Formats: sequence, C-alpha cells, structure tokens
Amino acid sequence: MTPWLVAVAQAALLALAAPLVVGVTRAVPARLAGRAGGRIAQPWRDLCKQLRKQPTSPADASMFFVAAPAVMMATSLIVAATGPFIAATSLFGGADLIVVVGLLLLGTVALALAGLDTGTAFGGMGASRAMVIAALVEPTLLLAVFALSFRVGSTDLSRIVAAGATEPARVFTPASLLAAAALAIATLAETGRIPVDNPATHLELTMVHEAMVLEYSGRDLALVEWAAALRLSILLGLLANLFAPWGVATSLDPMWLAVGAAVFIGKVCGLAALLSAGEVWTAKLRLFRVPELLAGSFFLGLLAVLASAILA
Amino acid sequence: MNPIAAGLAATTGLAMCASVAAIGTPSRWRARVVGVLTAVSGTAGVAAGIAAVTGIGWRAELPGVLPLAGLTLDADALSGWFLVIVGAVTTVVGIYTIGYAGGDGRGPGSGTSLTVLPVFTAAMALVPVAGSVPTLLAVWELMAVASLLLVLTEHRHRAAVRSAGVWYAAMTQAGFVALLVGLLWLAAATGSVSFAGIRSAAGHLPAAVTGAVFLLCLAGFASKAGAVPLHPWLPRAHAEAPSHVSMLMSAAMVKLGVYGILRVGFDLLGGGPRWWWLVVAALGALSALYGIMQAAVAGDLKRLLAFSTSENIGLILLGIGFTGVLAHAGNTLAAGLAMTAVLLHTVNHAAFKTLLFAGAGSVVRATGTRHLDQLGGLVRPMPVTTAFVATGALAAAALPPGNGFVSEWLLLQAFLHPGQGADTALTIAAPLAVAVVALTTGVAVVTFVKAVGTGFLARPRSDCAARAVESPASMLTAMGVAAAGCVALAVVPALATPALTRVLAGLQLGGTPVNREVLGLHLAGTAASVRPLWLAVGIVAVTGTVAVTARSLGRARRRAIAWDCGDGPLTARMEYTATSFAEPLQRVFDDVLAPERDIDVTHDTESAYHVAAIRYHQQIPDRIENRLYRPVVDTVAAVGTRARALASGSVHRYLAYMLVALVVVLVAGVIR
Repeated sequence: MTPWLVAVAQAALLALAAPLVVGVTRAVPARLAGRAGGRIAQPWRDLCKQLRKQPTSPADASMFFVAAPAVMMATSLIVAATGPFIAATSLFGGADLIVVVGLLLLGTVALALAGLDTGTAFGGMGASRAMVIAALVEPTLLLAVFALSFRVGSTDLSRIVAAGATEPARVFTPASLLAAAALAIATLAETGRIPVDNPATHLELTMVHEAMVLEYSGRDLALVEWAAALRLSILLGLLANLFAPWGVATSLDPMWLAVGAAVFIGKVCGLAALLSAGEVWTAKLRLFRVPELLAGSFFLGLLAVLASAILA
Repeated sequence: MNPIAAGLAATTGLAMCASVAAIGTPSRWRARVVGVLTAVSGTAGVAAGIAAVTGIGWRAELPGVLPLAGLTLDADALSGWFLVIVGAVTTVVGIYTIGYAGGDGRGPGSGTSLTVLPVFTAAMALVPVAGSVPTLLAVWELMAVASLLLVLTEHRHRAAVRSAGVWYAAMTQAGFVALLVGLLWLAAATGSVSFAGIRSAAGHLPAAVTGAVFLLCLAGFASKAGAVPLHPWLPRAHAEAPSHVSMLMSAAMVKLGVYGILRVGFDLLGGGPRWWWLVVAALGALSALYGIMQAAVAGDLKRLLAFSTSENIGLILLGIGFTGVLAHAGNTLAAGLAMTAVLLHTVNHAAFKTLLFAGAGSVVRATGTRHLDQLGGLVRPMPVTTAFVATGALAAAALPPGNGFVSEWLLLQAFLHPGQGADTALTIAAPLAVAVVALTTGVAVVTFVKAVGTGFLARPRSDCAARAVESPASMLTAMGVAAAGCVALAVVPALATPALTRVLAGLQLGGTPVNREVLGLHLAGTAASVRPLWLAVGIVAVTGTVAVTARSLGRARRRAIAWDCGDGPLTARMEYTATSFAEPLQRVFDDVLAPERDIDVTHDTESAYHVAAIRYHQQIPDRIENRLYRPVVDTVAAVGTRARALASGSVHRYLAYMLVALVVVLVAGVIR
C-alpha cells in the first residue's frame, strides 16, 4: 500500500474511532457508579445530530470564530494521518515530534482566539485558562518525548516507535518511565480530563474547555467536539505506542497494517477505560493548584531528558 | 565595479540624499520623498548584501574619510547576511514612513526626525561591513546617536519619552565604553587596527587578554542586543520611540549586537575556550525566560513586543553559546546546526518583528493608545492590519506554519545531538536548553494569543478603539512586504542554504549540515527533516477542505446574540482584558515576577458592611532592573545632589576652583 493511502486510512480510522473512545470514557465511570449510562456510540449520534443543525455566530465575532473549528479539526487530522499510530514508517516526514506538538498547539490557539473573539466573559475566561495550561503542558510534552528521542537521535516519532518495537529493552529504562509519567499528566491536561478540567461540568466557573466553546452550536460544535475527541485518541495513541510499541506495523504490508489497526484500537480503548476509571476516584483540582501538577510533570520531563542524556 | 561597492555606495548615497531632502522639502512632501529614497536605499543594501553572501569579497580603504585612522570597509558573507537584514528592514520602514510620518509634519514627520532617519539606516548598513576597529567604533557610535535622536522624537508630548531617552543614552554609552576598551585593547595587543591583521595575530595572545577582551565586547554588544540583564533601555526605548524607529531598532539594530558577538567571538578571536560560550548561553537562557515572562504580563502592546525582542535575542544567544560549546567539543555537525538556527532566527525575528511593530504603529496611529486593556474590536475597522498582525504573531509564537517555527525546530535539533562522548557540561546543558526553549515557546504562545485576542478581537473597550480607521495604503503595503517576507521564510527557508554554507565557512564552522532537499530541510548525519512548504500547504488545504465539506453538509450560518445569562446586552466591561487574560499565568510565575498589588476598598458612610467602591491597582516591576540598576541610579543621583553644593553661584569660588585645578595640574606635571 502506498504511504498516502496508509495516511488517509489512518486519519479515517482515528476520526471514526475517536467518538467511540469518548463513549468508552463515559460508559466506564457510569458502570462503576452503578448507572446504566449511555451507549458507547452515543457521541457519534450526538455528532450526527449536531452536524445537521444550523450554526450561529455571536454578534461581535469575526472570522477567527468561524475558522477555529476547521483549523482545530485540520491540525488534528494531519497529526492523525502522519503520526505513528498503526504503522511506524516515515510517511511524509511529517511525524516529527516538534511538528506534532506545534500542530496540536496551533489547534488550541485557534480555539482560544475564538473564545476571546466571542467577547463574552466565559470565552475569555476559558481561553485564558486553556492557554495557561497549554503553555505549561506543551513544554512537558516536548520534554517527555525528547527524552525518548535522545536515545534514537531523532525527533521523528516513527523512528522512536520503531526503535522501541524492535528493541524492547529500550522501553524499560528510568528515563522512559519518567517520561511516561510526565506524558501521562500532560495528556490529562491537554485533553481536558480530571483532575485538570472536568469534561462533564455544567458549572461555568469551573470550566476550561467548555467555557471556551460555549458559543459554538450546530456543526461548529460538532467539529470542535469531534476534534477534541480526535486529540484524546491521538494523545492516548502516542502514549500507548511510545511506551508499549508492540503490534505497530513496521512495514506497509496490508496484513500487518490490519493487525496494527486492531491492536491500536485495543490499546487506546484500554487506556481510555483506565483513564476514566481513574477519574472516578479523583476529584478535580482547584484551577490554581493545576500549575503545581503541571510544574511537577515538567520537572518529571526534565528529569527524563537529563536521565536519558546522561545514561545514554 | 564590484557589486558590493556599487550597492553600498547606492545605499549610503541615497540615504544622504534622503537626509538632505528632508531639510529642503516642504512638510507636505517630506515624508514621501524621504520614505521613497530610504526604501530604495534599503533595497540597494539588500542587493549589496546578497552580492556579499554569494562569496564575492570586497575590501576598500578610504583614508581621507575619517581623521587619523581612515575608513576601512571589508565585506564577507557574514557581513552580507546582516546587510541583507538591515537593508530589508530599511526598505519596509521606508515604505511605512510615507504613511506613518505623512501627517502634519510634526513628531515623526518633523524635519529633524526625517533627517536623522536615513543617517540611522546608513550607519546600520555600514556596521557589518566595517573592516577595522576605528571604523566599527565610528559607525557604531553614529548608529547609537542617530537612534537616540529618533527615540526622542516625541519628547515634547510625553515625559516618558525623555526618561526613555536618558536610559537609552546612558546604557548605549556605557556599552560603547565597554566596546571601546575591549576593541582598543585587542588592537593594541595585536598591533593592528584592521580586522584582517587582528585575525592573524589573535591566536598568539595570552588567554587572559582574549578572555577580558571577549567579556568587554560581549557586554557592549549584548547591551545593544537587549540581553537580560543589560536590557532596561529596551522596553522603554522600543515603547516610546515612534513605531518606524521601533521597527528599525528591534528588527535591525539589536541584530547588529548579535553580529558583533559573532564577528569578535568566532571570527576575530577564532572560537575561544568553553567558558566564554557557557556565559553566552547562560545569558541567552536568562534573557529568553525573563523576557517572555515580562512580555506575557505586559499590558502595553509595544512593551510586550520589546520584551519579546529580549526573548528572541535570548534564544539567539543560547544558540550562539551552544555553537561555541559544540565547536569546542569538536562536534562540527551540531555546531553548524546551532549556528544555522541562529542565523535563520535573526532573519526570521527581523521579518516578524518588523511586521508586528508596524502593526503596533498602525494601532497607535488609529487609536492613540498602546494599552491592550483599552483596545479590542479592531478586526472590523482594521481587517488588513489584523490579518498581518496575526501572521506576525503566528511566527512570533513559533507555531507551524510560521517562520519562527523553522528556526526553533533547528535550534532544538542542535540540542538533541550533543554528540557521542560529549563532556559533562554539554550533557547537562543540552537538556536544560531544551527545557528553556520549550518553556519559552509555551509562554510566547500565551503572549501572542493575548496580543491578538485582546487587542484586536471582540468589542472595543474604549472610545478611541471604537473610532479606529484602517491605515493608509503605504503602511499596509509595508506590512504586506514584511508579511510576504515572513511567508517566504516560512515555506522556503531552504533557499538560504547556499548563503548559510558560506557564512558558516567564514566563521570556521565548516558548512551547514542542513541539506537542501526539494522544498524541505534535511539534516545531514541525522534522521530529522521538516518540510515547511508541505506543512503550510497541508494545513491550509486540510482546513479548507474541512470547512467547505462541513459547510456543504449543513445549513447557512446565522448571527445570534452571545449568551449573556439573560441579563441584558453584554458590554465591553464584561470582556476579559489583557490583564485578566494574563492573570493566571502571573499567578503561576508569582515568585519570579513579584507583582505589586494595591486594593483600596471604600465603604459606605452609613454602613461598614456595604462597599461603595473598590480600586485595584497593579504594577509589575522589572525586578532585575530594580535590583541591579536602582542602587546605581540612586547613588549617582545622590552624588549629583551633593555636588550641587559646589556650584554656589559665587564667581570668587569658581575662580578659586580654577586656581586649585591649575596648581594640581602643574604639580602633577612637575612631579612626573
């Protein structure tokens, strides 16, 4: 199969599976709490319903508000297409770690500008909080994966994953464990999960992501929610493949790709279940305690980089 | 005739014409004539610079021009690189000046200001081609004095301009003294004033001399570059100067400080021990972090941009420091990579900072205020300016597909390859440098989201912002040229590879390890590559596809009132301001920034339980400035006040002073 086809297939797979992963993160806590909960496919139904509805723009909003959902979706799709999710082969050289972090950040920035563009206090509040969290998360993300790139000598995510898949001994190093912890915290913050943000909150004052997107409706909201779900899958997928790189296809053989896809979905759903089960026992942190958590993860990342540089 | 000579002659000649024209032309035409001549002069500078980076050398001695030493000009690839930056910024500023200074012939449009402007640009163009110590010192001082006069353009309107002028004058002269001592010492020790002579003799100097010379020159050049802790003039001068001067200072002049460090450190002194470069790297890390944190909490748009200049200079110095350390460790691959990143970032920063200061100038011109808390809603009256500023902000935040991203990518790659068996200092410094760059980038993103989001979007927060109108065509054209430069640097940086190779060879760093692939950058000896053009095209194409597909699926968009909690229309007072946007970040970095808050609660006279008014005042002082400079300033001021007692106004007393002075001189002469 050609690299192009693989990239498109990978993006399509992630885009289709992302709402289901969100469904898993909602179903697991519901079962643990003794509720029936929605179906796993419920996020997909919501998306389809919202996609049909008319979008509205606030009276004072400009092009930034209109463009943000598309930008967020596009950056997520590019990362989904080029990242090492089902196949760890350099597709277009686009799976560079720094590029991936930059693209995800670009999506966050677009949404934050849209939040400010609405001119409401909620939009500004959400944007301000989301950007502060992003400012502290992105360095962590960069450092954590950088720790892994030191041993490979490249920031190409596919190479890092492929190196891990072929030499499992590389995965279990102190640097790797520190980086995994840092990346896990960064993933929680980046995807707006407890304890950083509560995706199910209905109280505006505690919102981060939800406050920022409060003015979106119809297909705009669908795109934002879909892109957010896609980012959750992307980050969980990166976490899974960087620290458990088994089952990733290292060639473009269709059979291995099919295996890779199946294993990948399994890994991401497993991580999503684990994540949401953890949320049942955790309370959301006060907003101004969040930086302490993120500073902690930043230092974990720094230690990981130092460890991998010194022990390399 | 040598193309470099022709280009330089055209640059200086046209600048002089512009300067003279500013005196002779009526105020109605003044800005236009000077602007056009300056722009053409800048273009000639770009041509000369391009000729120089293609490897044509040029050297000239003009003994009659300067008394005693004469003028020595010497252009190599490094000179060419910085000449291109100065020339390109001058071109944009020339076009911008036509509209910006073309008002009532006062302030930036005054005869004095427009006479000095071309002198400043010509002096800047001569700095990188200076080929001897006296020449460099002369054009450096000319540049400093001309820029000081330009900073003081609006001194009658605001007291802050005068204070900024005093700070700038004091610091630039202190830096000049350091430079004077350092370079003259170097000339005396090597017995030659020309750079060629110094270069050949510097290898035999004792380490103590070269070390001291390097530190003195570093102090002089880094103060001009605005590196923390030598920065206090920068946020003042950049904020208070007219915007076209801010553009020149921030985009071009501070880069010449970088040029000086490269010229003296790598070229004249030929590398040097590791500790030099660790000092430079530490200076860079401090500047990057402190600069961006101050920028993130700045409420003044131009102050924000000024501190962002400190940040970018910090990243550049970090790269220079690593180049030195890596070259010392014998890792030419990574050293070349770091220097490539440094050189590209100087150009990138020049491009996006020209654009951003031009945008800030347009905003100030349209609204009369620089304060982000009073702006907002400019996207409707000023759509083109907003689009350009957003382009610049994308680059300044180092987000893909902006041009800042490319150079930061290269810088991070350099830290990733400290080499096998690298020494301990390097092994520890490289990850720390990654952390510094990562944190700086993160905070830079917040800073520029704040600048664009609160400055240009949503509703206007004051009448002056509500009355804003779009800038004249010449200013928009200038911004368009700068934005086109940003885009070109963002998508085809690979075109600069041949020039980079020559500059690096001149700095004795081998060549650049960045291979020029088809429209991409691939690093030799490593597996890293980035294709900025693909990235840009991909982002635009996928975004377009998503938007069009989503639109074709559903119904047309409708305007609606934003959610106002059912409590009447939303007013501008309910919006988040720049201060409130930065507040969470300020809390996070509370220990570093140490803001001074003052809350006055006034109670009702009838009941202490009812609050009548709350006054909140907050100021974020520059702590480094307060710690380092305040004591010096206070001491000087105290000595000055005491010394006033000497001047009592009595003629007898003054005659007595003269007599005492004469006796002292005579006695000193006799004893000697």
